[in-house]
Amino acid sequence: MLKVENLSTSYKTIDGDVHVLNDLSFEIHENEIFGIAGESGCGKTTLLKVLYDIIDFPLQIDAGRVVLSGKKDGKSFSYESGQIREAWWENVSYVPQAAQSVLNPITRLKSQFLDSIPEAARKNETQEETLERVVTYLEELSLSPDLLDAFPFQLSGGMRQRVIIALATFMSPNVVLADEPTTALDVVVQRGILMMLMRLQKELQNTLVVVSHDMGVHYQVTKRMGIMYSGSFAELGNTDDIFADPIHPYTKMLIGALPRVGDASQKVGIPGRPPALTDPPAGCRFAPRCPHPSGRCSHDVPEFREVRPGRFVACHSAEKGKSNDTQAVGS
Amino acid sequence: MTHKLLEVKNVTKVFRIGGLIRGKRLVAVDDVSFDIDQEKPVILSIVGESGCGKSTLCRMFLRIYQPDMGDIVLSGNSYSDKKNYDPTRFRLDVQPIFQNPYEAFSARKKVDTYLYNTALRLGIAKTRKEASELIDATLKSVGMSLAVVKDKYPTQFSGGELQRVSIARALITRPKLIVADEPVSAVDASMKMNIVNLFKELKDEYNVSFIYVTHDLSTAYYVSDYMATLYRGSLIEYGSAKEIMDSPGHPYTELLVNAIPRVGQKWDQELVMPDMEEKEYAITYCKFAPRCPYATEECRQTRPEMREIAGRRVLCYHPLVESGSVDLGRLSEG
Repeated sequence: MLKVENLSTSYKTIDGDVHVLNDLSFEIHENEIFGIAGESGCGKTTLLKVLYDIIDFPLQIDAGRVVLSGKKDGKSFSYESGQIREAWWENVSYVPQAAQSVLNPITRLKSQFLDSIPEAARKNETQEETLERVVTYLEELSLSPDLLDAFPFQLSGGMRQRVIIALATFMSPNVVLADEPTTALDVVVQRGILMMLMRLQKELQNTLVVVSHDMGVHYQVTKRMGIMYSGSFAELGNTDDIFADPIHPYTKMLIGALPRVGDASQKVGIPGRPPALTDPPAGCRFAPRCPHPSGRCSHDVPEFREVRPGRFVACHSAEKGKSNDTQAVGS
Repeated sequence: MTHKLLEVKNVTKVFRIGGLIRGKRLVAVDDVSFDIDQEKPVILSIVGESGCGKSTLCRMFLRIYQPDMGDIVLSGNSYSDKKNYDPTRFRLDVQPIFQNPYEAFSARKKVDTYLYNTALRLGIAKTRKEASELIDATLKSVGMSLAVVKDKYPTQFSGGELQRVSIARALITRPKLIVADEPVSAVDASMKMNIVNLFKELKDEYNVSFIYVTHDLSTAYYVSDYMATLYRGSLIEYGSAKEIMDSPGHPYTELLVNAIPRVGQKWDQELVMPDMEEKEYAITYCKFAPRCPYATEECRQTRPEMREIAGRRVLCYHPLVESGSVDLGRLSEG
């Protein structure tokens, strides 16, 4: 389980601090697929980096922490920001963005697999025994064991991505963080990879966090999701409920702008552009693009509160319990 | 006699991989033919997975590559007719829009220099003042203005804004055809629809046809009039975009349409992922047969021929529309 408590981070730059995450608090449960959506520059990748504890200059945590806890092989564990690195591979793994380029181009995949398995996890095996386990695992994922003798450049983008996922899940970690796992891949390969991730999650019963800007991907893959806007969550809740009845105006527009096959009606994109994080507007950050801003939106920062059980929204117009009836009918 | 806007006649492009002796031939575009009418501007989308020859075909439209076999004819002027080739005229008629606007514009030059160069060097505007007016008017039609763009570097724009500027740049020459290679894949989800909507509006406003290359089928459905599906270099289905996506005729198009992460309908069945890519280019029978769920013995023997069915062209022995659409009465008379 991943628990984020009052997390605020910033990037230190010459022009001053850029506050990217602002007082985030949420939980990602065990055995679920959690999605993070939002446009570029909204802080999706920063959030994932903090969850995985890659906090390098100029990124820095100003307040709050991330707690990774759970149970593996009968032993319970708990790590917080600063210690999560110790749990890498074993309890938490990361599928980075543009995963196609993270493999070492000049070594065979065999040695890349061996290098990434920690000494402790080899349990005094010889290299051959470890490789045998890798081969069995690849076969389970319906990947050919011949891959181990290949160099990364000999594989297509989709194949490389599947190898990375195999690498990231080989140790059956409790949490897998996938940052845009299907960018730069075409639809068929995208579907294959997403289904592979879903199948793995089902088998391992672990937590999978998927970051993507494609709302369609979230609908297909995730169980719960959060929509980020300008460094904080605009809306968070059950994926199906969000698609059935979006509350935050940003979510509404995102879902409304989705082109669908079989529906050629006129769609409008979201006007304007996200605010610069160096100089964010006072009050609600979405207010300048919002179709129905009220007076207080321009100076009052909306609180991220639970409007319905399990549904959090940061908007002044979202009344507590409002349209609860429609939800009851819908679900 | 009126000419077609663009006629693509049996175009083939072969690349050699490796050395002359031990190298392999890779047929990137294999005998592709279709045409676009001149009377009414249209948006034609070319879809297919990576490596299917979409970009190679685009580059041939832009004369970056020469076809190895076959010919492309633009309003009666053949590309192979080198004698009467007028580069300026060609650049006025055909304009590109590229995938990543940050790469299309040099980061060291101001964006407006590109706009002025296009207007002045191709002789559309005689003076700088005239050019400014033209540029401003064109930028306004894409929702920007010269005042906003002037003296700015590419990095000062967001991806969506810069892509609008590159559309405006293409429009300055008042082209007949714009070739857009993956224009929205580098643009944010919230901006994507704005760009795609622009294509729809500009099509009629400027009387310009678009070739929209993409692997995003949902936007292709939304904007395009016609759709061409490519698979391993071959054109496998061509026809009305809405009809094709509502009821795909080729098994591969069906696979593509089913792979769209659509909202409102969850994926249920597993799918066959492509594996042996290079080999598939060299297959002498139907290239899709190894992955096709409907493949029969016939498909593994010889390559099917293009056939006309239900108002579209399909390269398949067992098109999925034949029986279905006849039963539904979708086949129009004649």
